[in-house]
Formats: sequence, structure tokens, C-alpha cells
Amino acid sequence: MSGEAEPFIRIENVAKSFGSFQAVKDVNLTVARGEIFSLLGGSGCGKTTLLRMLAGFEDPTAGRIFIDGQDMSGIPPWERPVHMMFQSYAIFPHMSVEKNIAYGLKHERISAADRAARVAEMLDLVQLTPFAKRKPHQISGGQRQRVALARALARQPKLLLLDEPLAALDKKLREHTQFELMSIQARTGVTFIVVTHDQEEAMTLSDRIAVMDRGEVRQVGTPTEIYEYPASRFVAGFIGAISTFPARVIRLTGDLAEVDIPAMDGTFAARATPGLTEGQEITVALRPEKVAIAKTCPDAVNVVEGQVKDLAYFGKDSLYRVTLPGGDLIAVHAVNARRGPDTARPADWDDKVWLSFEPASAIILTD
Amino acid sequence: MTRRPVFLITVLCFGFAFFYIPILSMMVYSFNDSRLATVWGGFSTRWYASLFSNRQVGAALLLSVQIALISATMATILGAMAGIALARFRKFRGRTIFSGMVTAPLIMPEVITGISLLMFFIMLAQITGWPGQRGFTTITLAHITFSMVFVTTVVHARMSQMDRSIEEAAMDLGSRPWQVLKDVTLPVISPALVSGWLLAFTISLDDVVITSFTTGPGATTLPLLIWSKVKLGVTPDINALATLIVVTVGLCVALAGWLMSRAERRRLAEERLAYRAGG
Ligand SMILES: Nc1ncnc2c1ncn2[C@@H]1O[C@H](COP(=O)(O)OP(=O)(O)O)[C@@H](O)[C@H]1O
Ligand SMILES: [Mg+2]
Repeated sequence: MSGEAEPFIRIENVAKSFGSFQAVKDVNLTVARGEIFSLLGGSGCGKTTLLRMLAGFEDPTAGRIFIDGQDMSGIPPWERPVHMMFQSYAIFPHMSVEKNIAYGLKHERISAADRAARVAEMLDLVQLTPFAKRKPHQISGGQRQRVALARALARQPKLLLLDEPLAALDKKLREHTQFELMSIQARTGVTFIVVTHDQEEAMTLSDRIAVMDRGEVRQVGTPTEIYEYPASRFVAGFIGAISTFPARVIRLTGDLAEVDIPAMDGTFAARATPGLTEGQEITVALRPEKVAIAKTCPDAVNVVEGQVKDLAYFGKDSLYRVTLPGGDLIAVHAVNARRGPDTARPADWDDKVWLSFEPASAIILTD
Repeated sequence: MTRRPVFLITVLCFGFAFFYIPILSMMVYSFNDSRLATVWGGFSTRWYASLFSNRQVGAALLLSVQIALISATMATILGAMAGIALARFRKFRGRTIFSGMVTAPLIMPEVITGISLLMFFIMLAQITGWPGQRGFTTITLAHITFSMVFVTTVVHARMSQMDRSIEEAAMDLGSRPWQVLKDVTLPVISPALVSGWLLAFTISLDDVVITSFTTGPGATTLPLLIWSKVKLGVTPDINALATLIVVTVGLCVALAGWLMSRAERRRLAEERLAYRAGG
């Protein structure tokens, strides 16, 4: 994503109120051409509202939206180079699969032969050719989802908006469809903005994610950035499992910070973040898989003793909940790398264990 | 074990008996060979034959059907517009008053509607000279006015169940609002339009009260004819005529009901599918 050129989509200080309720608050985002961009957040945080403003169904109360350099203010939905795939799919119930897909093409000045060719191409793209003549009530939910996708792609939009595209599908179909969506996006090169409340879906699907909370964008970044470098406790807690502990900065030396963590009854080394000051109250967060568990004391920088309170054995790996010296619990994830009746897992219930983590793995949060 | 609500069932049976036995006996007696309407004289279809050769009845039937066709069609067009406006334009000024005014005729006594329409036509004639004479036109206008309400109600109900996003999807795919109406909204609510039309048709076909207020010399609809004949005593050909009307009206209502329930079943099936997927 080059920072120089005008971004494909620019959302500038956009807000939306319904009466006195602020559904979207001062959102600023840019999306590059050809990107899969996700809006991730819990139910009611304003994702759909933001999407509907891009499609033109809602007018922003404040701010402006640019698509391909063009200000979208006052441009009605039928004139925008944008198509939307609705959460309910919104298939026309009285038209066949084919007619649904062809619907948008009737506004394009192309010959009947070209139109038929485009419909055939779309049917092929979503593998629905044998179902072309069926009515919507004669096909399954997964197929309806693909009709909605083909219908939206048929007019070759610059931007496709997808509102919870997979939420109505069952788990198995969802995983399969996810990869299909990605491959269709790669083949067509259309920019996707996907709304989802499912963090795993966002992580797998997206080039970049915007995490939203109560109408605000809390962080924008690649899945790795969001997961490994969360900017706030909200984002850290929203994406993946994490244990957080109140702490205080004792001393700063180079890029390392010495922090006092009362829950662990000691001081530990952590990778410092810019702007940190000595004596500052902070939060230290640890991902379960970044903490090592052992029955013998390891040779590491950060070591803390604990006792296994709970464990869930999944075969290939195990999840532990370990009681720390201060009484708090920490989640630890370990791969069961060795085989044998006693050695299948590193520790058992009530075992005394040593936990260790790298200074770089400790996430310092200051919000 | 559940106790059967014996009392309720008994009341229901009496209710049905009270309503249907007279209609059934009327139907049976329409095939009575005897000239006396209340004495059974053997099976015959001669009253139907005499009915079909009766000029007066033919003319009244023609007038009634013409009025019913025109008023049902106009009522469907106007009623659909009102129903769509009520369902779609949520925030317009005076929506509550509009909605109240639209449905008020449903509960207004027909006599009141009839009198007010009559007064209106008389005043209109005094001011503008039109309508010079009451008859076909005034009856049709009156029927449009009060049967439109039923269409509005049916269309409004269907519109509120409809998924708003299919109209938005059409707009999103490049259609202007009027194209959306033509391509999506009207086809989807078409079962409601058809059943609304059938309702308006039957209401117009059997109306006596409002018609008698708004009619003029020479314009005798079928119900008016029956009404005037019965005042001179029930004759078997009236039984035959009434039987035909009951059958026609019954078929219309059944068709309307069937159309609505089929559309409803389809909608439910679609909804179920939309939220459950199967490959
Ligand atoms: N047309 C509307 N009128 C009033 N409130 C609305 C409207 N649309 C959405 N909202 C409110 O705005 C908030 C955000 O809604 P939405 O964008 O649909 O959330 P999400 O898609 O993230 O679940 C919700 O609290 C919702 O009730
Ligand atoms: Mg939503």
C-alpha cells in the first residue's frame, strides 16, 4: 500500500446519528485498491451503518466519503460504482437465479449476447450453472449466498461491500466459502470491504482489519499487527485469548523496560513501547501461546512459579490455567510435542510448574 | 390429559348452524319445483332457466359486474398506493392522521358513508353541475371510496412483512425508485394485489346500503333488484339467483385466501432457508 497516491477509498471524519443516538463516531479510514478490508466489531457497533453509508443508503451526518477520488456526497445508490451483498442476501424471490444475476446488467448499454455471456461467466464463477433456471426457494442457503455474490459482481463494480457474508452459513460451509470468497476476490481484483463480528473470519480473510467499538474505530492494521501489537486493552481482549495484569514501570534501559507485576510477585523484563516513562502505571498482556510451561525451572529471563488449576487436553495441544503467586490466573497454551503415557503433556492437575516468557512477548498497554 | 372445551365447541356449532343452515336451505330450495318458496315439490332447475331468460335480472347483473370490475380495479390502484405509502414512507408529516383516515371507513357504519356520499354528490352537482344524474358513475365512485380501504389494509400488511433489503438491492444494482417499484415491489406484493382486488370486487358486487344511497333512476344493481323483489315476497327464482351469488362470492374469497396463504408459506420457507444452509 503506497502512502503517496490518493487512496482508493477515503472515509473522512464520517459520523452518523439516528436521532440523539450516535451509531458511527468520527471515523477516518483509507482502503487501497484490490484490498480485502474488514470491519470487525461486536453486534451494534455501527459496522452495517458504515457500510450503508458507503453504498449510499444512509447519508453521513458529518464527514465525507471519497471513492476513486470522487466525493460521494449526494450521489444516490443507483449511481455509485459500488455494490453490496446484503446480510439477508436480498435475493429477488420472484426471479430465477439467472434473472437475479442479470438484473443489474439491464442498466448497462451492452448487447444481449454480451449480457448472456456475462451471466454465464458469473454462473460459472460461483459454480451455479446447473441451477440457472431455479427459483430462489428451490436452492440451498449456501447457493443463495453465491447468487447474491454473483449478482453483485456481474456489473463489475470497483468496490464490493459484504455485510456478514458468511454469518448465515453453517460452520463447515463457512470455512469452505471463506476460501472461495478469497479466490474470487483474487481472480476479479475487486476491492472488498467485509463486515464481520467473527474475529477468526476477519483474520483469515483480510489484508487489513479495522476493529470497531461503539461507533469508533479503535485500531487499523494487518491481522498480524492487530494480534501481536494491539494498541489497547479493548483490541487485545477482542482478538484472541489474552491474560492481562496491572503493572508499573520501574526502570527503562535501552529498548527494555523493567516492570513490577504484583500478580506475579516480582519484576520482569518487557520490550518497551515509545513514550513510556519510569513510574508509569501500565497493563502487561500475555498471549497463552507465548508463555512456556515446564516442571523444571527453565533458564530464561522472565520466570514465574505457579500451580496448575485447570487443564483442557485437546490431543495435539493443551490449554492450562495456572494460579500465580498473587492468586490470579494465567492462560497457557502448550503443544503436546512428545508422546508417552507420562510425558504426553508437560504438566498435570495441581502440579507445581515454572512459566517463562520472552521480553518481546510481553505486550505493554498504556490505555 | 386436556379437557375438551365442550362449552366453546357447542357455542361454535350453534353459531355455524345459525349462519349456514339458512344459506344451505336457500340453496336447496333453489332447486325446488314448487312455486311456493317454502313447500318442497321435487327437484327442478326451472328457476335457473327462468332466471336466465329474465331481461331485468340480466341487465342488473351486467350493471353490477361492470361496476364491480371498474371499482375493484380503481380501488386496487389507489389502495395499493396508499398501502405502499403507509408502509414505506415512515416519517412523513401527518402519517398517523393519514393512517387513521385510511382505515376509518372500515368501522364507519355504511349508512353514514352512504349518506355522506349522497350529500357530497348533491353538493357537487349544485356547484359544478356534475353529476347531473346519479347512477352508474356515482355508484362506481362510492364503491371505489369504501372498498379501497380493504386493499390498503391487505397491501400494507404484505408490505410490512417484506424484506426491505430486496428493494435496496435493486437500487444498489442501478435501478431508480420507480424501476424498483415496477421490478421488485409490485411483483413481490402481487398476491396481495390480487386478493385485494378480489375482496374489492365481492364487496362491490353485494353492496346494498351504499348503492341505494348513491343510485339514481334506472340504475338497478343486482342486490338492489333482489332487495326490491323480496319486499314483494320470496320467489324461487330469487333463491336461484342468491345461490349463484353465494357461489361466486365464495369462490372469490376462497381464491383470495388461498393466494395469500400460498404467498405466506413461500415466504416462511424462504426465511427458513435464508438462516439455515445446506450446501
Ligand atoms: N435506521 C436506524 N434507526 C435508528 N437506529 C439505527 C438505525 N440503524 C441502525 N441503528 C442503530 O445503530 C447501531 C448500529 O447498528 P448497526 O450498524 O446495524 O450495527 P452492526 O452492524 O455493527 O451490528 C445499533 O444500535 C442500531 O440499533
Ligand atoms: Mg450488522
